[in-house]
Amino acid sequence: MSKGPDVFRIGTGAGFAADRLDPAVDLARHGKLDVMVLECLGERTVAFAHRDRMADPRRGYNAHLERRMRALLPVCHEAGTTIISNMGAANPRAAAERTRDIARDLGLKGLKIACIEGDDVSASVPLTQRFMDEPGTLADIGRPIVGMNAYLGADAIQPALAAKADVIIGGRLADPSMYLAPLMHHYGWRADDLARAGAGTLVGHLMECGMQITGGYFADPGIKDVPGLAQCGYPIAEVAADGTAVITKLADAGGCVTPATVREQLLYEVHDPAAYLTPDVTADFSRVTIENAGKDRVRVAGAGGRARPAQLKVTVGFDAGFIAEAGVSYAGPAAAARGRLAGEIAGERLKNTHGIGSETRIDLIGASSLFATAGRGQTESEDVRLHGALRTTRRDEAELMLWEVESLLCCGPAGGGGFRGSITPVVMTKSVLIDRALVHPTVELFVA
Amino acid sequence: MTARGRNTPRLVRDIAHARAGDKGNTSNVNVWAYDAADFDLLKRNLTAERIKREFPALIRGGVDRYVIEHLHGLNFVLHDALEGGVNASLNLDSHGKSWSYLLLGLSIED
Repeated sequence: MSKGPDVFRIGTGAGFAADRLDPAVDLARHGKLDVMVLECLGERTVAFAHRDRMADPRRGYNAHLERRMRALLPVCHEAGTTIISNMGAANPRAAAERTRDIARDLGLKGLKIACIEGDDVSASVPLTQRFMDEPGTLADIGRPIVGMNAYLGADAIQPALAAKADVIIGGRLADPSMYLAPLMHHYGWRADDLARAGAGTLVGHLMECGMQITGGYFADPGIKDVPGLAQCGYPIAEVAADGTAVITKLADAGGCVTPATVREQLLYEVHDPAAYLTPDVTADFSRVTIENAGKDRVRVAGAGGRARPAQLKVTVGFDAGFIAEAGVSYAGPAAAARGRLAGEIAGERLKNTHGIGSETRIDLIGASSLFATAGRGQTESEDVRLHGALRTTRRDEAELMLWEVESLLCCGPAGGGGFRGSITPVVMTKSVLIDRALVHPTVELFVA
Repeated sequence: MTARGRNTPRLVRDIAHARAGDKGNTSNVNVWAYDAADFDLLKRNLTAERIKREFPALIRGGVDRYVIEHLHGLNFVLHDALEGGVNASLNLDSHGKSWSYLLLGLSIED
């Protein structure tokens, strides 16, 4: 299925749940892609999706799936591009069925949608299970569990590729595995070829966050300028049979691909560069080479691989109640002093008048907020915003917090304005390990 | 005149760029010298010990430093450094994405 004589072309069409759609359509139309990967799942995203599914069994998949599929299916069908995505989140079956119905609506009769399930391991993990990287067990949390998903690897995706599916949808498919799997399938890399597994994992790791390698999340005006960020393009990987790759983008899309954008992504969310763990391999990025290969073209090579971890990582989501956030702004002379006084009043009333002992935090945006704990960044701007945050399992406490901050409009310091407040449900995630023998991925085909 | 121009560098930002990521309550910040000639200066100034010392209230655990010599990069793993992590932190930036600029804001001292 390759579109190039010597390379296999994989594009990213989403790097997180809320990523842009229009550049994905551009890339699908003009990128001559063999595969487009839509990576839409984070640890907390999957837990929230479980909550959606509990509220409505037809939901629990990515909120933008319908719009993404309506826009991308016709273009990818015409280009002969396979879509691989974890947009199924907590409900891959509903996502696959919805995609099939959309394909029928669009007249794409015969389009094959593969649904990968088996990542939901909530029936297989006991509450006595110990955490992967901290003391304690699942039972210690004392909050309702909303979902448990094992990270599935390339081996779970292979049967869908072998069945020549046009669209492959799963839930907790590991991000880099969605790139490694089609490379293994296309080039016939064997599962025990650890060097190739490392190379394909490098490609996936660099590509999985979408525009974070094409100039997104990179610009720092004056020293790291990026052209055309409003029209930034998604990345393309041109992967050779030996696993080396060129990272690039559409020529007329905004953004840039340079050794610097690739370096920042190389170790994004990586700890030991010599041991990046996935379900497929222990990848070694410590000797990766990054070379300029033309305008917006960067060649990467030199990834290695050692045996895959014996067990699979499982993300466990807990219902953790709510975060209440509320703010009021102050501007002009002594704005920070008035904002600080407002914070003291709100803190005192929550604690002493209402007896709320839940964890609270008061920041003064424009004076000290993000770096408050780090002890940096304090300024005395004349335009500051009190920002109160409270974590609680009780909805009534969350509502009281908003009420108290709003009351500062009449009862607080002079000149406050612009109250806003919100209450957000919170999920907490923890990680445990599970034996591979307890995880049974399945593939089912839906035909439009 | 850009920040990383011909003047004597004052901040890490003048000679390097960085990106932060999170896993649980652990932050990692990768830092890269723009010019190979500045990598030794970067290594001397950004030691694990100094970073731990600069942010004692934020970084509750240890700091590991990995050196990627051939790409002129450093990767710092900051343990117990996200105020509980995205699950527990009430910081507006609960992922600690802005920690990259904590390191870039440090002074160049020798």
